[in-house]
Amino acid sequence: MGPTMTLVAQRLALGILLLFLVSILIFVGTLILPGDVAQSILGQSATPEALANLRAELGLNEPAVTRYFDWLGGVLTGDLGTALTNGRDIAEAMGTRLSRTLFLAFWAAVVAVPLAIFLGLLAVRYRDRWPDKLISAITLSTISIPEFLIGYVLMYFVGVKLGWAPTVANIHDGMSLGQKLHTIALPVAVLTLVVLAHMMRMTRAAILNVMQSAYIETAELKGLPMFQIIWKHAFPNSIAPVVNVVMLNLAYLVVGVVVVEVVFTYPGMGQYLVDHVSKRDLPVVQACGLVFAAVYIGLNMIADIVSILANPRLRHPK
Amino acid sequence: MRDQLNYYAARVSAGLMSRREFMGRAAALGMTAALANTMLSSAVRAAGPQKGGTIRVGIQGGGSGDSLDPAVAANATMTMILRMWGEPLVELAAGGGLDGKVAESWRSSPDARIWTFKVRQGMTFSNGKPVTAEDVLATIERHSGEDTKSGALGLLRDIKSMSVDGDEFTLELGSANADLPYLMADYHLIIQPNGGKDDPTACIGTGPYVLKSADMGVRLVFERNDNHWNGDGNASTIELIVINDDTARVAALQSGQVDMVDRIPPRTAGLVDRAPNITVRKTSGPGHYVFIAHTNTEPFSNPDAMMALKYGMNRQEMVDKILFGYGSVGNDTPINAAYPLYTELPQREYDPDKAAFHWKKSGLDQPVLLRTSDNSFPGAPDAAALFQQSCNAAGVPVEIKREPNDGYWSEVWNKQPFCTSYWGGRPTQDQMYSTAYLSTADWNDTRFNNAEFDKLLIAARAELDEGKRKQMYADMGMILHNTGGLICPMFNDFLDATSDRIAGWDESPGFGLMNYYAPIQMWVAG
Repeated sequence: MGPTMTLVAQRLALGILLLFLVSILIFVGTLILPGDVAQSILGQSATPEALANLRAELGLNEPAVTRYFDWLGGVLTGDLGTALTNGRDIAEAMGTRLSRTLFLAFWAAVVAVPLAIFLGLLAVRYRDRWPDKLISAITLSTISIPEFLIGYVLMYFVGVKLGWAPTVANIHDGMSLGQKLHTIALPVAVLTLVVLAHMMRMTRAAILNVMQSAYIETAELKGLPMFQIIWKHAFPNSIAPVVNVVMLNLAYLVVGVVVVEVVFTYPGMGQYLVDHVSKRDLPVVQACGLVFAAVYIGLNMIADIVSILANPRLRHPK
Repeated sequence: MRDQLNYYAARVSAGLMSRREFMGRAAALGMTAALANTMLSSAVRAAGPQKGGTIRVGIQGGGSGDSLDPAVAANATMTMILRMWGEPLVELAAGGGLDGKVAESWRSSPDARIWTFKVRQGMTFSNGKPVTAEDVLATIERHSGEDTKSGALGLLRDIKSMSVDGDEFTLELGSANADLPYLMADYHLIIQPNGGKDDPTACIGTGPYVLKSADMGVRLVFERNDNHWNGDGNASTIELIVINDDTARVAALQSGQVDMVDRIPPRTAGLVDRAPNITVRKTSGPGHYVFIAHTNTEPFSNPDAMMALKYGMNRQEMVDKILFGYGSVGNDTPINAAYPLYTELPQREYDPDKAAFHWKKSGLDQPVLLRTSDNSFPGAPDAAALFQQSCNAAGVPVEIKREPNDGYWSEVWNKQPFCTSYWGGRPTQDQMYSTAYLSTADWNDTRFNNAEFDKLLIAARAELDEGKRKQMYADMGMILHNTGGLICPMFNDFLDATSDRIAGWDESPGFGLMNYYAPIQMWVAG
């Protein structure tokens, strides 16, 4: 296992380095946003004295490099600072929001991943026949429509016309799990539709690739049923690419939900970020950016490691 | 027939029949829609407010960065939160004038410089402590102090001294102000124990509701305060749900997740009103959309260029195409019939010939640059394009620069010489003019500087004779109409919507949703 551990360690180190680079990008990005922070906080009624006071208070008069390292130092010790707009501790406020986003992502994944893989297997089983074409057509059209539009369409037909699910996914602590799941039914459906095609097509392609191999032909000649060949013999060998794309989509479920959260007024990270971007609350924006980046890099790293472990050829590089 | 309709109306108010069905039956009996509507609302009122139940409000504006401190309230959600748990000294009354809230009565010295407010007897805060004149003083002090961040500071700058005598609170102003009580109705000026100096975000006040839970920018729950001094408030629970997306807000109302929503986009108001069990509520108010030019900057310092632009504006077209008819035409002053002491001025119409004449006379040939953005008012880029077309038809060249929403209020508005913007209006003419047209005002976004106008404005404050004051405001309006940098094409209506589940809507001055009091004053029907 020696070389494997080294590889994993290498991946981890690379991930951390990447996160560090991203933190620089985020910091620079927030610097070049139009408008002055102090002015944005105080609004149109700001007097010059109040502006000067606030700038000094926020340390805006210090050079950017100093501010960056102050910030980075805080982040490394777990202190994300306080929100400029209402003075609340960011780590605390973000904790609740992040847990809600993860809750939504988790249930979307619980629905989407098995469904995508099952549909992928089904598509392979009936390759080039009508079930395959139907599955591809539907999933490709849902991925091609912008998610806010799918959201509005579902909201109108399922929420308003049929009245099956709430159009506002406003979950709060007083709800039971069942109530929460009912409340988030529509956003989960939208997210599922958005990520389905990618995973489904990848599963299909990866398995079809394996299906060309000689050992599958042997299995077929042995007289095994088609679905068993796919599930037991082809699927394990195509896990690496499938895991890769699943991870990518999981990451999307966490960091890409901004639009869906805003459309369904789901009180998660996405909406938190949007609220604070519009108010120029830079510490919050930076913290959100960093968390999103960490989730993205983390999940991709897991995908890398899993595909290395799943593939002996990658485990022992020449 | 009348009996039959009365019976139906009673059924509607008891929640046994929908408003739509009632209107249909009334029409079948040969009654006009307007009459049927009047009859219905009187029946609902006659049935009287029902106590109990939950009213859920879908409201926009809130964000997770909001604070509960009244001093920094700056959006619809925060204002409505304040209405729930707190009360100012006075509030705008339904038929014009003012109602006393924390103040039982008020009076001024003959020169309108010293004002005395008597605190209501036996009133208590929601924490049980009695309300004293000292609390009022501390509140006003907190909002007018040197280092305050209060949004009401601009209104309170002129205070010279404050004092308390028993249950009376006295304000001495630096100069006369006949409108001072109106300023005390400002939504920031919620009376708090010790002025909120101990904890401004405690939400302890004299309002009809008390805060139960708050997730800022998401959801706030209030419960009825049974000890309220005049028993205001009908529902036992009020839930404010922040829904900033227009489509989602309307969908939430349609699917019955909320009972009322604010700010229906004019574009879809007609469609929303057609939905069963939903009524769009139109409130005409002082809010207006503006094209503002700095009168101290070329080419707008040239009176003929300014006049050419004013004649180049097709106001009726703006009301029809930008407001979809939910509004009224402006007349290049910020004042309309929503203000007390209003005088109608001759209406300026779109006149390409006059526009061309003034443009030629100005001797300019460079196009005029107009800046606009989506958030300067709903439909602003479209309005700018319409303005460009109507000006071009008169030979007045206008160029449009689209600015990003981000930073529009800090980088473009009140900085660039010509841009689109909006004003929410103020309760009195004096306040509106003092906020944006007095030459020394912070928010003088047209850089308007007219000595006669300033003189009239100051003189009107000390004038307690209403007839004379009205004439002074008419003269000021005329000066601004002719020489100002303000092009005001339209006054926008507040558009809200309520479902049939709740009743008790009434006309109200001030903001939309019955000046944000709708959740308190309406009730769950049937």
